[in-house]
Amino acid sequence: MALVALWLIASAAAAEVEVRDFASASERERYRALIEELRCPQCQNQNLAASDAPIAQDLRAEVLRLLREGRSDGEIVDHLVARYGDFVRYRPAWQPSTYLLWIAPGLLLVIAGGVWLWVLRRQRRQGVELGAEQRAALDRLLDAERGDR
Amino acid sequence: MDRLKLFVPLIIFLVLAVVLYFGLGRDPRELPSALVDRPLPSFSLPSLREGAAVDESALRGKVRLLNVWGTWCVACRDEHPFLIELADRGIPIVGLNYKDDPRAARAWLQRLGDPYELVVVDADGRYGLELGVYGAPETYVVDADGVIRYRHVGVVDPAVWREHIEPVYRNWTARP
Repeated sequence: MALVALWLIASAAAAEVEVRDFASASERERYRALIEELRCPQCQNQNLAASDAPIAQDLRAEVLRLLREGRSDGEIVDHLVARYGDFVRYRPAWQPSTYLLWIAPGLLLVIAGGVWLWVLRRQRRQGVELGAEQRAALDRLLDAERGDR
Repeated sequence: MDRLKLFVPLIIFLVLAVVLYFGLGRDPRELPSALVDRPLPSFSLPSLREGAAVDESALRGKVRLLNVWGTWCVACRDEHPFLIELADRGIPIVGLNYKDDPRAARAWLQRLGDPYELVVVDADGRYGLELGVYGAPETYVVDADGVIRYRHVGVVDPAVWREHIEPVYRNWTARP
């Protein structure tokens, strides 16, 4: 049991192994948030915090260096995007190439809602609208059926 | 009209199939370089042979390949014989010895041959970060004005050279 707990702790610590001395709690928080949000270019589906690839180690050090230079979070992300491309963002920017990405979920929801309403309304209308002739025909059929029994 | 509606699922399926089919053919590891059509970031780095500092102006004046390599990089060893072949054909190649031990790098070139016009040493990988290097080997085509025109991540072999790099190289060499 203790072993399992130990193992869980060890794996939760993940790859970010460097020991860092932060000047302040806010610096630590910003550093954490940035390396969570930035993606490792080498390993595709990991962020900088989770990857132990050499390039992720280098980029973590770079993020910290830029933080200490007094750059803002936005400037740090832009700095890396200028060198590694939009790929390093886990949260895509709002720009022409990503408009569809951002809008599509809402758009699909609106379309789905529209289709649903349309179907619902059509069903309701069909349920109510029986002409006089149709009604007479229906009565006859029902009468005939009752007569059979 | 109702008949046509029967085909809606089929049409949706076909559209999805086509989109996904083209998605299959793409290599997710291939990142477009953010630096293509931008000038090579400036640097001042020691040369591997003489140790004297070299800057980015060393890459001006003609079209060159910039090859990022290290002795720790297994794929670079695979690539090496073909780089020598390219150098023999007269293609100027500049090496960026990336996060490596200069002594090991010199020994490697002595043993395996030296295809490079010039090798600059980026021992701590800082210049690699400027270039957006995320794995070696990487090969860039840098034009006569020092502007990056192409980037290839991975081994340059005859097929990659013929299909991707040579056309760009020839295109920029042909310009006055």
